Amino acid sequence: MKLDARIPDGPLAEKWDRRRNELKLVNPANKRKYKIIVVGTGLAGASASASLAELGYQVDTFCYQDSARRAHSIAAQGGINAAKNYPNDGDSIYRLFYDTIKGGDFRAREANVYRLAQISNTIIDQCVAQGVPFAREYSGYLANRSFGGAQVSRTFYARGQTGQQLLLGAYQALMRQVHAKKINLYTRSEMLDLVVIAGEAKGILIRDLITGKITSHAADAVVLATGGYANVYYLSTNAKGCNVTATFRAYRKGALFANPCYTQIHPTCIPVSGDYQSKLTLMSESLRNDGRIWVPKQKADKRAPQDIPEAERDYFLERKYPSFGNLAPRDIASRSAKEVCDDGRGVGEGGFGVYLDFADAAKRLGKPAIAERYGNLFHMYEKITGENPYARPMRIYPAPHYTMGGLWVDYHLMSNIPGLFVIGEANFSDHGANRLGASALMQGLADGYFILPYTLGDYLAQTKPGLYKTGHEEFKKSETAVSSQTRRFIEMRGKRTVDDFHRELGKLMWDLCGMSRSDKSLREALQRLPKIREEFYRNLKVLGTGEELNQSLEKAGRVADFFDFAELLCHDALHRSESCGGHFRIESQTPDGEAQRDDKQFSYVAAWQHTQPGQMPLLHKEPLTFENIKLVQRSYK
Amino acid sequence: MKLKLRIWRQKNAQSQGRFETYTAENVNPHMSFLEMLDVVNEDLLGKGIDPIAFDHDCREGICGACSLMINGEAHGPGRGVTACQLHMRVFKEGDEITVEPWRARPFPVVRDLVVDRSSFDRIIQAGGYISASTGGVPDANAIPIGKPFADKAMDAAACIGCGACVAACPNASAMLFVAAKVSHLALLPQGRIEAKPRVSAMIQSMDNEGFGNCTNHFECEAACPKEINADFIARMNREYLQTKICPEVS
Amino acid sequence: MAVTGLMMFGFILGHLAGNLLIYAGPDTFNAYAKKLQSLGEFLWVARCILLTALLFHVLSAIQLTFENRKARPIGYRRYDPEVTTYAARTMMLSGIILTAFIVYHLLHFTFRLTHPEVSNLHDARGNHHVYAMVVQSFRQWPVAVAYIAAMVPLCLHLSHGISSAFQSLGLQNNRLLPVFKNAARGIALLIFVGYASIPAACLSGLIQYTAGRTP
Repeated sequence: MKLDARIPDGPLAEKWDRRRNELKLVNPANKRKYKIIVVGTGLAGASASASLAELGYQVDTFCYQDSARRAHSIAAQGGINAAKNYPNDGDSIYRLFYDTIKGGDFRAREANVYRLAQISNTIIDQCVAQGVPFAREYSGYLANRSFGGAQVSRTFYARGQTGQQLLLGAYQALMRQVHAKKINLYTRSEMLDLVVIAGEAKGILIRDLITGKITSHAADAVVLATGGYANVYYLSTNAKGCNVTATFRAYRKGALFANPCYTQIHPTCIPVSGDYQSKLTLMSESLRNDGRIWVPKQKADKRAPQDIPEAERDYFLERKYPSFGNLAPRDIASRSAKEVCDDGRGVGEGGFGVYLDFADAAKRLGKPAIAERYGNLFHMYEKITGENPYARPMRIYPAPHYTMGGLWVDYHLMSNIPGLFVIGEANFSDHGANRLGASALMQGLADGYFILPYTLGDYLAQTKPGLYKTGHEEFKKSETAVSSQTRRFIEMRGKRTVDDFHRELGKLMWDLCGMSRSDKSLREALQRLPKIREEFYRNLKVLGTGEELNQSLEKAGRVADFFDFAELLCHDALHRSESCGGHFRIESQTPDGEAQRDDKQFSYVAAWQHTQPGQMPLLHKEPLTFENIKLVQRSYK
Repeated sequence: MKLKLRIWRQKNAQSQGRFETYTAENVNPHMSFLEMLDVVNEDLLGKGIDPIAFDHDCREGICGACSLMINGEAHGPGRGVTACQLHMRVFKEGDEITVEPWRARPFPVVRDLVVDRSSFDRIIQAGGYISASTGGVPDANAIPIGKPFADKAMDAAACIGCGACVAACPNASAMLFVAAKVSHLALLPQGRIEAKPRVSAMIQSMDNEGFGNCTNHFECEAACPKEINADFIARMNREYLQTKICPEVS
Repeated sequence: MAVTGLMMFGFILGHLAGNLLIYAGPDTFNAYAKKLQSLGEFLWVARCILLTALLFHVLSAIQLTFENRKARPIGYRRYDPEVTTYAARTMMLSGIILTAFIVYHLLHFTFRLTHPEVSNLHDARGNHHVYAMVVQSFRQWPVAVAYIAAMVPLCLHLSHGISSAFQSLGLQNNRLLPVFKNAARGIALLIFVGYASIPAACLSGLIQYTAGRTP
């Protein structure tokens, strides 16, 4: 298979404009004849649905939540980047482009990232027009802050709820179209299969989560905006419902899955407190600006932190990275914390945590200054842990947070299956091997508001509307397959619950394919995964029936896909023997323990093709060429 | 900790529900309320009893999915938290906890503790937006907005649409939810343009859904996990009256 | 609800001011009553407006209660309100008691049907001796106690009603809200004291009426 990314010719800055001029258009009178399915109502899905409906297409939008407003984009805290240069600090489209490419450790396409930076400004305009209450200066103009180690202030924010406000803006635009009857919105509806007819994506299968009814939906194009797969680790900062099912089932139908091994671990999360833990809560990274990270020097030291004298503490980041210290990048900080905990020096229940201590900062700056900077975070921490961070150092631990990998798409955001478009976190396109802070929101909205509405039109202009109906045999085949899977789960009547299996899967993935991976750990994972999966299909216990609201059954389907997907992730991680961004291979590091890229061998996108269940997937490579920037090695010494 | 739970069980929207009593063993004080329910569910599954269905998703207090009436209070005891942020340390050994779904005609029970809140979506559909289509908008800084207005709009916009206001209101009124959206948009210059038709349409939709009337108990404000102020209700009432008195351009 | 409520609240204030003239002695009080009577059609206009307000107030109360009940067909097994007040929760009850009281009050002093023996006296100038009617009525302890008791629901009704009306009309914000709330409670209490003091004063003998005494 030849992967054609369809990147336009010409200078970087002109590529998108050129392409827009070439794209075919659908006659306004014909637009209403085309039906588009959008799955997911996060930033990407909601903005795409609304924009497409505004253009005049018929849109059917689906989400598993009870309301479109609850998609997990809502939980993004920090902000959204744009190259507005409002603070006059020298920012530009090129700088945002460069920072994003470099932050992604040179594993993303130049053309895609440049387009993202170009569009970033328009997104802010659009959101303000929709009524997103961004933070303002007293002048009434928009406020910016610096974020994620960027040297310019380019992040727009709405308190700590930027994702929520952007999503509500897109959700409201979506609701307006629902009211205008241009969008049929299906909530509590989970996509269980993609229907491909004559090589093109022409519909999906949906399970109504209330009645359990499985229905077919035909369309002229399908858009997946179903988010990331961090829940393969069971514990992550993702919502409980986030899953890989939609993208994975598209993968089974022939869509390529790109770079699944690029996962991002966030260093400052609240640690696990027990086996019952259901998810992890992220706290802003800004805490590391003033907090000092340490563990006891002695193993299994059970003393209270204040009883451990200075000489018996190991400020391991300051020790290992004297110039960056506690501000070392996310992946380095995360890995170092894991190392000391694996060494038996972790703190808190279970020993998976390190201290983040504000005592020195409080002495230096005074408690009021600390309260002003971090008061809300301290409050949140206290609410969750019941400990007062002013009196006792916080405990933090890294947690899976975002996944850069996703379905392979070309410059048009179309997968290798014509008619299947993938946007937002669900695709692989813009973040390379690592995503910068405040860039996820930017990408989701760029895809949904300003890229897909153009490129999807180009595809539709070249297809006839309403080619296939749900009576087509491909739909019938899918219905049979999906129903039989449901029956299989129900009839198994084994002994172990879905959550139990998911926890086991998550722990395995975290231990063997988490923050740092090695040839040995990945081979072990690939050896153990089929065994657990085999037990899953033998010993799973799901009560009730398929014809009702059955939350265990929903989870069973998702976890089943996570099992298969986990293998794909491990295959990808195993084959990429370099370290880059969020993918750290122990074998590939600099003498100082930094990630060592191997540009000669691995400067490509790894796009995997499904073969047979249980068989090795087929690797396709899309070479990455860099015409405008020079590749450099990161250093934080 | 060991706790006694009295939980509303209902097979589906059509069937009659009733309370069942369960014991939650080995409850860790650091668990969230939902994690405690997870553990109870694992236990029920083991015994061959259908697990308790409840809505939840982000588990960090922002998605608005969780919706439990815990001991007679929406999202349980404690101000400014959702059920997923409520931790078991607020309960004591041997406590008896009653868990019920939100109760309101526009929130019919779907199963156990899960209710249908699509009425909220329909209220937003009626007018809870600014009609700005994608593209063709001015530069973001072309619309300066005074910081106090932006801040106040943000206070209102913080609503997570969980429905605790309705659940806690003695009259099952949705005034705080509607007022928060009406105020968020009306406080911004770009939202003023449609302010009058918006407030009329949203209130009309709220009434059509069958929510109760506001008689100023302020229970909504007390139950709101985002602590949205009930003065937004006064603001909406003002806006509504002005619209009724002078519906046209004035 | 709010508008009619505030109209009646205005009346309650005016009525109280007039009633308190009783402390100024029979002459002033009777003169005031005569003045009111002499307003003729104005008096009837005012009465009609008030009655209409009352009627709408009652009708909308019934409608609200009905709708609110319908909005929650299945109640909670356990419901622990956090901030609402006794007064707010019992508006309907206090309203019903007040309506009954108003009927009795009108029968008593306006139509003078319930206590005809003290209700139709005249003073030296041949005017209706309102002062005598009031004082003698309240000399009977069941009447006085009934009036004082009726002022309790009035006080409760107003303590929630006044600030509630301002909230419903959108005439407050979070800075004014506590002011209105406290002011409403204070005013309600003053109104209670004001009204209840009259039967109390009569009953205790603080205000007396001696038949045939001419000032």
